[in-house]
Amino acid sequence: MILQAKNITCLRGHRQLFTDLSFTVNSGEVLLVEGENGSGKSTLLRIVSGLRRPDAGEVVWNEQAITAIAADYSQQMVWVSHRNGINDSLTAKENIQLSISLSKSAVLNINQILERVGLKGYANTPVRQFSAGMKRRLALSRLLTQQASLWILDEPQGALDKAGIELLDNLITEHVANNGMVIMSSHHDVQFNNLTVKTCRL
Amino acid sequence: MNKMTPFHDVYSLISSEFLVAFRHRYEALNPLLFFVLVCLLFPLGIGPSPQLLNTIAPGIIWAAALLAILMSLSNVFRTEYDDGRLELMVLANHSLVLLTTIKLLAHWCLNVLPLILLSPIIASALGMSFDVQITLILSLLLGTPVLLLVGTTVSTLTLVIPQNGMLLALLVLPLYVPVLIFGTSAVNATAAGMSAAGPLYVLAALCVLSLTLSPFAIVSAIKIGVSQ
Repeated sequence: MILQAKNITCLRGHRQLFTDLSFTVNSGEVLLVEGENGSGKSTLLRIVSGLRRPDAGEVVWNEQAITAIAADYSQQMVWVSHRNGINDSLTAKENIQLSISLSKSAVLNINQILERVGLKGYANTPVRQFSAGMKRRLALSRLLTQQASLWILDEPQGALDKAGIELLDNLITEHVANNGMVIMSSHHDVQFNNLTVKTCRL
Repeated sequence: MNKMTPFHDVYSLISSEFLVAFRHRYEALNPLLFFVLVCLLFPLGIGPSPQLLNTIAPGIIWAAALLAILMSLSNVFRTEYDDGRLELMVLANHSLVLLTTIKLLAHWCLNVLPLILLSPIIASALGMSFDVQITLILSLLLGTPVLLLVGTTVSTLTLVIPQNGMLLALLVLPLYVPVLIFGTSAVNATAAGMSAAGPLYVLAALCVLSLTLSPFAIVSAIKIGVSQ
Protein backbone atom coordinates (compact mmCIF):
# COMPACT_ATOMS: atom_id res chain seq x y z
CA MET A 1 0.00 0.00 0.00
CA ILE A 2 1.20 3.43 -0.84
CA LEU A 3 -0.22 6.92 -0.44
CA GLN A 4 1.12 9.75 -2.53
CA ALA A 5 0.38 13.44 -2.56
CA LYS A 6 1.23 14.87 -5.96
CA ASN A 7 1.83 18.61 -6.20
CA ILE A 8 -1.12 19.60 -4.08
CA THR A 9 -1.92 23.24 -3.63
CA CYS A 10 -4.40 24.77 -1.26
CA LEU A 11 -5.77 28.28 -1.18
CA ARG A 12 -7.77 29.74 1.64
CA GLY A 13 -9.44 32.90 0.42
CA HIS A 14 -6.63 34.77 -1.28
CA ARG A 15 -3.95 33.20 0.89
CA GLN A 16 -1.84 30.32 -0.30
CA LEU A 17 -1.54 27.76 2.48
CA PHE A 18 0.85 25.55 0.56
CA THR A 19 1.80 24.98 -3.06
CA ASP A 20 3.20 22.04 -4.96
CA LEU A 21 3.39 19.85 -1.89
CA SER A 22 4.36 16.24 -2.58
CA PHE A 23 5.07 13.32 -0.31
CA THR A 24 4.89 9.55 -0.26
CA VAL A 25 3.91 7.29 2.62
CA ASN A 26 4.47 3.54 2.45
CA SER A 27 3.20 0.74 4.66
CA GLY A 28 4.99 0.76 7.99
CA GLU A 29 5.73 4.48 7.96
CA VAL A 30 4.64 7.49 9.96
CA LEU A 31 4.31 10.90 8.35
CA LEU A 32 4.47 13.78 10.79
CA VAL A 33 2.97 17.03 9.54
CA GLU A 34 4.62 19.98 11.25
CA GLY A 35 3.93 23.65 11.08
CA GLU A 36 2.87 26.69 13.02
CA ASN A 37 -0.70 27.52 13.95
CA GLY A 38 -2.61 28.46 10.84
CA SER A 39 -0.06 26.94 8.49
CA GLY A 40 -2.62 24.50 7.06
CA LYS A 41 -1.88 21.24 8.89
CA SER A 42 -5.55 20.44 9.45
CA THR A 43 -6.44 21.48 5.91
CA LEU A 44 -3.73 19.20 4.52
CA LEU A 45 -5.07 16.28 6.57
CA ARG A 46 -8.62 17.01 5.39
CA ILE A 47 -7.38 16.91 1.81
CA VAL A 48 -5.57 13.62 2.37
CA SER A 49 -8.70 12.16 3.99
CA GLY A 50 -10.75 13.15 0.96
CA LEU A 51 -13.09 15.50 2.84
CA ARG A 52 -11.73 18.51 1.02
CA ARG A 53 -10.48 18.77 -2.52
CA PRO A 54 -7.09 20.33 -3.22
CA ASP A 55 -7.11 23.41 -5.45
CA ALA A 56 -4.51 21.71 -7.64
CA GLY A 57 -2.81 18.32 -7.69
CA GLU A 58 -4.14 15.02 -6.40
CA VAL A 59 -3.88 12.45 -3.66
CA VAL A 60 -3.20 8.95 -4.93
CA TRP A 61 -3.84 5.68 -3.07
CA ASN A 62 -2.27 2.57 -4.65
CA GLU A 63 -1.92 4.33 -8.02
CA GLN A 64 -5.55 5.47 -8.08
CA ALA A 65 -6.77 9.00 -7.37
CA ILE A 66 -8.78 8.98 -4.14
CA THR A 67 -11.57 10.94 -5.80
CA ALA A 68 -12.07 8.04 -8.21
CA ILE A 69 -12.22 5.39 -5.45
CA ALA A 70 -13.80 7.53 -2.73
CA ALA A 71 -16.07 4.87 -1.19
CA ASP A 72 -13.34 2.23 -1.21
CA TYR A 73 -10.69 4.62 0.08
CA SER A 74 -12.76 5.85 3.01
CA GLN A 75 -13.03 2.23 4.18
CA GLN A 76 -9.26 1.81 4.25
CA MET A 77 -8.76 4.97 6.24
CA VAL A 78 -9.79 6.20 9.65
CA TRP A 79 -10.03 9.90 10.34
CA VAL A 80 -9.74 11.36 13.82
CA SER A 81 -9.97 15.12 13.73
CA HIS A 82 -9.60 17.58 16.59
CA ARG A 83 -13.35 17.28 16.97
CA ASN A 84 -14.12 13.99 18.62
CA GLY A 85 -17.10 12.93 16.54
CA ILE A 86 -18.90 11.34 19.45
CA ASN A 87 -22.50 11.74 20.53
CA ASP A 88 -22.79 13.33 23.98
CA SER A 89 -26.25 11.89 24.56
CA LEU A 90 -25.14 8.28 24.23
CA THR A 91 -23.02 6.14 26.52
CA ALA A 92 -19.48 5.09 25.67
CA LYS A 93 -20.68 1.65 24.67
CA GLU A 94 -23.45 3.01 22.45
CA ASN A 95 -20.99 5.35 20.76
CA ILE A 96 -18.66 2.49 19.92
CA GLN A 97 -21.60 0.42 18.71
CA LEU A 98 -22.60 3.31 16.45
CA SER A 99 -19.12 3.68 15.00
CA ILE A 100 -19.10 -0.05 14.28
CA SER A 101 -22.45 0.32 12.51
CA LEU A 102 -21.00 3.05 10.33
CA SER A 103 -17.98 0.97 9.35
CA LYS A 104 -17.50 -2.28 7.53
CA SER A 105 -15.92 -4.02 10.49
CA ALA A 106 -17.57 -6.95 12.17
CA VAL A 107 -19.07 -6.93 15.63
CA LEU A 108 -16.21 -6.65 18.05
CA ASN A 109 -15.87 -7.05 21.76
CA ILE A 110 -16.73 -3.56 22.94
CA ASN A 111 -15.59 -4.12 26.51
CA GLN A 112 -12.17 -5.17 25.27
CA ILE A 113 -11.89 -1.99 23.22
CA LEU A 114 -12.93 0.17 26.17
CA GLU A 115 -10.34 -1.56 28.32
CA ARG A 116 -7.68 -0.96 25.71
CA VAL A 117 -8.31 2.81 25.59
CA GLY A 118 -8.44 3.00 29.37
CA LEU A 119 -12.17 3.48 29.82
CA LYS A 120 -12.89 0.20 31.55
CA GLY A 121 -15.88 0.56 33.84
CA TYR A 122 -17.31 3.51 31.94
CA ALA A 123 -19.23 1.50 29.33
CA ASN A 124 -22.63 2.65 30.48
CA THR A 125 -21.71 6.18 31.53
CA PRO A 126 -23.22 8.93 29.39
CA VAL A 127 -20.44 10.65 27.47
CA ARG A 128 -21.76 14.03 28.66
CA GLN A 129 -20.20 13.24 32.05
CA PHE A 130 -16.79 12.46 30.54
CA SER A 131 -13.82 14.78 30.89
CA ALA A 132 -12.19 16.17 27.74
CA GLY A 133 -9.40 13.59 27.94
CA MET A 134 -11.84 10.71 28.33
CA LYS A 135 -13.78 11.90 25.29
CA ARG A 136 -10.51 11.96 23.39
CA ARG A 137 -9.80 8.38 24.44
CA LEU A 138 -13.25 7.37 23.25
CA ALA A 139 -12.59 9.08 19.91
CA LEU A 140 -9.34 7.11 19.64
CA SER A 141 -11.30 3.88 20.08
CA ARG A 142 -12.37 4.39 16.46
CA LEU A 143 -8.82 3.46 15.48
CA LEU A 144 -9.54 -0.01 16.88
CA THR A 145 -13.11 -0.44 15.63
CA GLN A 146 -12.54 0.63 12.03
CA GLN A 147 -9.69 -1.78 11.30
CA ALA A 148 -8.27 0.47 8.59
CA SER A 149 -4.72 0.48 7.26
CA LEU A 150 -4.30 4.26 7.05
CA TRP A 151 -4.76 6.40 10.15
CA ILE A 152 -5.10 10.15 9.71
CA LEU A 153 -4.85 11.91 13.05
CA ASP A 154 -5.25 15.64 13.52
CA GLU A 155 -3.70 16.74 16.82
CA PRO A 156 -4.39 13.36 18.44
CA GLN A 157 -2.73 14.27 21.75
CA GLY A 158 -5.12 17.13 22.46
CA ALA A 159 -6.54 16.91 26.01
CA LEU A 160 -4.83 13.57 26.69
CA ASP A 161 -2.91 13.06 29.92
CA LYS A 162 0.52 11.45 30.13
CA ALA A 163 -0.89 7.94 30.22
CA GLY A 164 -3.18 8.80 27.32
CA ILE A 165 -0.26 9.97 25.18
CA GLU A 166 1.59 6.80 26.05
CA LEU A 167 -1.47 4.79 25.01
CA LEU A 168 -1.57 6.67 21.71
CA ASP A 169 2.13 6.04 21.11
CA ASN A 170 1.60 2.35 21.80
CA LEU A 171 -1.37 2.16 19.43
CA ILE A 172 0.59 3.89 16.68
CA THR A 173 3.70 1.76 17.20
CA GLU A 174 1.65 -1.42 17.11
CA HIS A 175 -0.26 -0.31 14.02
CA VAL A 176 2.89 0.63 12.11
CA ALA A 177 4.59 -2.61 13.15
CA ASN A 178 1.65 -4.43 11.55
CA ASN A 179 2.39 -2.65 8.26
CA GLY A 180 -0.12 0.11 8.82
CA MET A 181 0.54 3.73 8.01
CA VAL A 182 -0.08 6.87 10.03
CA ILE A 183 -0.29 10.50 9.00
CA MET A 184 -0.52 12.86 11.92
CA SER A 185 -0.10 16.47 12.90
CA SER A 186 1.16 17.50 16.29
CA HIS A 187 2.38 20.43 18.31
CA HIS A 188 4.10 18.18 20.79
CA ASP A 189 7.43 16.51 20.31
CA VAL A 190 6.66 13.05 19.12
CA GLN A 191 9.17 10.29 19.55
CA PHE A 192 8.63 6.78 18.33
CA ASN A 193 11.24 4.16 18.92
CA ASN A 194 12.23 1.96 16.01
CA LEU A 195 9.76 3.52 13.59
CA THR A 196 10.35 5.12 10.23
CA VAL A 197 9.14 8.67 10.77
CA LYS A 198 9.04 11.11 7.87
CA THR A 199 8.25 14.74 8.39
CA CYS A 200 6.46 17.20 6.19
CA ARG A 201 7.06 20.81 7.16
CA LEU A 202 4.50 23.40 6.10
CA MET B 1 -14.78 -11.16 8.87
CA ASN B 2 -17.55 -9.16 7.30
CA LYS B 3 -20.95 -8.42 8.69
CA MET B 4 -23.86 -10.63 7.84
CA THR B 5 -26.27 -7.98 6.64
CA PRO B 6 -26.41 -4.22 6.34
CA PHE B 7 -29.93 -4.33 7.80
CA HIS B 8 -28.50 -4.74 11.27
CA ASP B 9 -26.57 -1.51 10.79
CA VAL B 10 -29.61 0.35 9.53
CA TYR B 11 -31.60 -0.93 12.48
CA SER B 12 -29.01 0.17 15.01
CA LEU B 13 -28.65 3.58 13.33
CA ILE B 14 -32.41 4.16 13.47
CA SER B 15 -32.68 2.95 17.04
CA SER B 16 -29.86 5.22 18.18
CA GLU B 17 -31.69 8.20 16.63
CA PHE B 18 -34.76 7.34 18.67
CA LEU B 19 -32.69 6.67 21.77
CA VAL B 20 -31.09 10.12 21.58
CA ALA B 21 -34.50 11.69 21.00
CA PHE B 22 -35.90 9.81 23.99
CA ARG B 23 -33.12 11.17 26.20
CA HIS B 24 -33.96 14.68 25.01
CA ARG B 25 -37.70 14.14 25.01
CA TYR B 26 -38.49 17.55 26.51
CA GLU B 27 -36.70 19.24 23.63
CA ALA B 28 -38.76 17.25 21.15
CA LEU B 29 -41.90 18.62 22.78
CA ASN B 30 -40.96 22.21 21.85
CA PRO B 31 -42.36 22.25 18.29
CA LEU B 32 -45.47 20.45 19.50
CA LEU B 33 -46.05 22.91 22.32
CA PHE B 34 -45.52 25.82 19.94
CA PHE B 35 -48.08 24.35 17.52
CA VAL B 36 -50.71 23.84 20.20
CA LEU B 37 -50.19 27.29 21.75
CA VAL B 38 -50.45 29.16 18.45
CA CYS B 39 -53.61 27.27 17.52
CA LEU B 40 -55.24 27.89 20.88
CA LEU B 41 -54.26 31.55 21.23
CA PHE B 42 -56.11 32.59 18.05
CA PRO B 43 -59.64 31.79 19.30
CA LEU B 44 -58.79 33.57 22.55
CA GLY B 45 -57.60 36.61 20.66
CA ILE B 46 -60.32 36.99 18.05
CA GLY B 47 -63.33 35.68 19.92
CA PRO B 48 -65.19 32.37 19.91
CA SER B 49 -67.55 32.98 16.99
CA PRO B 50 -67.93 29.52 15.35
CA GLN B 51 -68.33 30.91 11.84
CA LEU B 52 -65.18 33.01 12.02
CA LEU B 53 -63.18 30.17 13.57
CA ASN B 54 -64.39 27.81 10.89
CA THR B 55 -63.15 30.17 8.19
CA ILE B 56 -59.71 30.70 9.62
CA ALA B 57 -59.07 27.27 11.20
CA PRO B 58 -57.34 25.66 8.17
CA GLY B 59 -55.04 28.65 7.79
CA ILE B 60 -54.14 28.73 11.48
CA ILE B 61 -53.39 25.03 11.71
CA TRP B 62 -51.35 24.99 8.53
CA ALA B 63 -49.39 28.14 9.38
CA ALA B 64 -48.68 26.88 12.90
CA ALA B 65 -47.50 23.51 11.56
CA LEU B 66 -45.28 25.25 9.02
CA LEU B 67 -43.66 27.47 11.65
CA ALA B 68 -43.21 24.56 14.06
CA ILE B 69 -41.32 22.64 11.35
CA LEU B 70 -39.29 25.73 10.50
CA MET B 71 -38.29 26.00 14.16
CA SER B 72 -37.09 22.42 14.28
CA LEU B 73 -35.05 22.69 11.05
CA SER B 74 -31.95 24.33 12.43
CA ASN B 75 -31.11 21.31 14.56
CA VAL B 76 -31.38 18.57 11.92
CA PHE B 77 -27.63 18.40 11.27
CA ARG B 78 -26.39 21.14 13.60
CA THR B 79 -24.99 19.07 16.47
CA GLU B 80 -23.56 16.52 14.02
CA TYR B 81 -21.77 19.32 12.22
CA ASP B 82 -20.48 20.95 15.39
CA ASP B 83 -19.09 17.82 17.03
CA GLY B 84 -17.59 16.28 13.89
CA ARG B 85 -20.01 13.38 13.44
CA LEU B 86 -21.10 14.70 10.06
CA GLU B 87 -17.57 14.11 8.73
CA LEU B 88 -17.74 10.52 9.94
CA MET B 89 -21.10 10.08 8.20
CA VAL B 90 -19.51 11.25 4.94
CA LEU B 91 -16.66 8.76 5.39
CA ALA B 92 -18.92 5.91 6.52
CA ASN B 93 -19.32 2.55 4.85
CA HIS B 94 -22.96 3.26 3.98
CA SER B 95 -24.17 5.63 1.31
CA LEU B 96 -24.74 9.12 2.60
CA VAL B 97 -28.17 9.13 0.94
CA LEU B 98 -29.20 6.22 3.17
CA LEU B 99 -27.85 7.88 6.32
CA THR B 100 -29.55 11.16 5.43
CA THR B 101 -32.85 9.39 4.78
CA ILE B 102 -32.68 7.64 8.17
CA LYS B 103 -31.98 10.95 9.86
CA LEU B 104 -34.89 12.69 8.11
CA LEU B 105 -37.29 9.83 8.72
CA ALA B 106 -36.47 9.92 12.43
CA HIS B 107 -36.83 13.68 12.51
CA TRP B 108 -40.24 13.51 10.81
CA CYS B 109 -41.49 10.77 13.14
CA LEU B 110 -40.31 12.62 16.25
CA ASN B 111 -41.05 16.25 15.45
CA VAL B 112 -43.79 16.24 12.81
CA LEU B 113 -45.88 13.13 13.29
CA PRO B 114 -46.99 14.04 16.87
CA LEU B 115 -48.18 17.35 15.49
CA ILE B 116 -50.28 15.63 12.80
CA LEU B 117 -51.69 13.21 15.36
CA LEU B 118 -52.70 16.12 17.55
CA SER B 119 -54.23 18.19 14.74
CA PRO B 120 -57.71 16.53 14.83
CA ILE B 121 -58.07 17.57 18.47
CA ILE B 122 -57.11 21.17 17.65
CA ALA B 123 -59.38 21.04 14.61
CA SER B 124 -62.35 19.89 16.73
CA ALA B 125 -61.62 22.67 19.19
CA LEU B 126 -61.83 25.13 16.29
CA GLY B 127 -65.15 23.62 15.19
CA MET B 128 -64.00 21.68 12.11
CA SER B 129 -66.31 18.89 10.97
CA PHE B 130 -65.13 15.29 10.65
CA ASP B 131 -64.74 15.09 6.85
CA VAL B 132 -62.81 18.36 6.84
CA GLN B 133 -60.52 16.94 9.49
CA ILE B 134 -59.80 13.94 7.27
CA THR B 135 -58.73 16.27 4.46
CA LEU B 136 -56.63 18.27 6.93
CA ILE B 137 -54.75 15.16 8.06
CA LEU B 138 -54.26 14.00 4.47
CA SER B 139 -52.95 17.39 3.41
CA LEU B 140 -50.57 17.51 6.40
CA LEU B 141 -49.34 13.97 5.71
CA LEU B 142 -48.54 14.94 2.12
CA GLY B 143 -47.33 18.48 2.78
CA THR B 144 -45.13 18.20 5.87
CA PRO B 145 -42.52 15.91 4.22
CA VAL B 146 -42.10 18.59 1.54
CA LEU B 147 -41.60 21.25 4.22
CA LEU B 148 -39.06 19.10 6.05
CA LEU B 149 -37.10 18.04 2.96
CA VAL B 150 -36.96 21.45 1.29
CA GLY B 151 -36.17 23.10 4.62
CA THR B 152 -33.39 20.63 5.42
CA THR B 153 -31.81 21.20 2.02
CA VAL B 154 -31.56 24.91 2.76
CA SER B 155 -30.55 24.45 6.40
CA THR B 156 -27.74 22.09 5.37
CA LEU B 157 -26.49 24.63 2.85
CA THR B 158 -26.32 27.24 5.61
CA LEU B 159 -24.62 24.92 8.15
CA VAL B 160 -21.29 26.73 7.88
CA ILE B 161 -22.95 29.93 9.10
CA PRO B 162 -23.03 29.75 12.92
CA GLN B 163 -26.21 31.73 13.74
CA ASN B 164 -28.28 30.79 10.72
CA GLY B 165 -31.82 30.92 12.12
CA MET B 166 -32.92 34.22 10.61
CA LEU B 167 -31.26 33.61 7.26
CA LEU B 168 -32.80 30.16 7.15
CA ALA B 169 -36.29 31.56 7.71
CA LEU B 170 -35.85 34.18 5.00
CA LEU B 171 -34.59 31.64 2.49
CA VAL B 172 -37.10 28.92 3.27
CA LEU B 173 -40.38 30.83 3.62
CA PRO B 174 -40.81 31.66 -0.10
CA LEU B 175 -40.32 27.95 -0.87
CA TYR B 176 -42.99 27.05 1.71
CA VAL B 177 -45.68 29.31 0.26
CA PRO B 178 -46.92 26.89 -2.46
CA VAL B 179 -47.30 24.07 0.09
CA LEU B 180 -49.22 26.37 2.42
CA ILE B 181 -51.52 27.54 -0.39
CA PHE B 182 -52.33 24.04 -1.66
CA GLY B 183 -52.63 22.65 1.87
CA THR B 184 -55.16 25.24 3.02
CA SER B 185 -57.05 25.26 -0.28
CA ALA B 186 -57.56 21.47 -0.01
CA VAL B 187 -59.09 21.91 3.45
CA ASN B 188 -61.15 24.92 2.37
CA ALA B 189 -62.48 23.03 -0.65
CA THR B 190 -63.80 20.21 1.55
CA ALA B 191 -65.30 22.73 3.96
CA ALA B 192 -67.13 24.37 1.02
CA GLY B 193 -68.49 20.98 -0.04
CA MET B 194 -66.25 20.61 -3.09
CA SER B 195 -63.71 17.94 -3.99
CA ALA B 196 -60.25 18.42 -2.47
CA ALA B 197 -58.66 16.08 -5.01
CA GLY B 198 -56.98 18.82 -7.08
CA PRO B 199 -54.85 20.46 -4.37
CA LEU B 200 -54.17 17.09 -2.74
CA TYR B 201 -52.80 15.73 -6.03
CA VAL B 202 -50.53 18.76 -6.34
CA LEU B 203 -49.29 18.19 -2.77
CA ALA B 204 -48.73 14.50 -3.57
CA ALA B 205 -46.72 15.45 -6.64
CA LEU B 206 -44.61 17.90 -4.63
CA CYS B 207 -44.13 15.21 -1.98
CA VAL B 208 -42.88 12.62 -4.48
CA LEU B 209 -40.66 15.18 -6.14
CA SER B 210 -39.00 16.27 -2.90
CA LEU B 211 -38.74 12.68 -1.59
CA THR B 212 -36.83 11.61 -4.68
CA LEU B 213 -34.68 14.67 -5.31
CA SER B 214 -33.92 16.44 -2.05
CA PRO B 215 -31.92 13.62 -0.37
CA PHE B 216 -29.39 14.00 -3.17
CA ALA B 217 -29.37 17.77 -2.79
CA ILE B 218 -28.92 17.40 0.98
CA VAL B 219 -26.02 14.98 0.45
CA SER B 220 -24.28 17.48 -1.83
CA ALA B 221 -24.87 20.22 0.71
CA ILE B 222 -23.38 18.05 3.48
CA LYS B 223 -20.27 17.41 1.38
CA ILE B 224 -19.86 21.15 0.80
CA GLY B 225 -20.35 21.74 4.53
CA VAL B 226 -17.69 19.28 5.72
CA SER B 227 -15.14 20.37 3.11
CA GLN B 228 -14.83 23.80 4.73
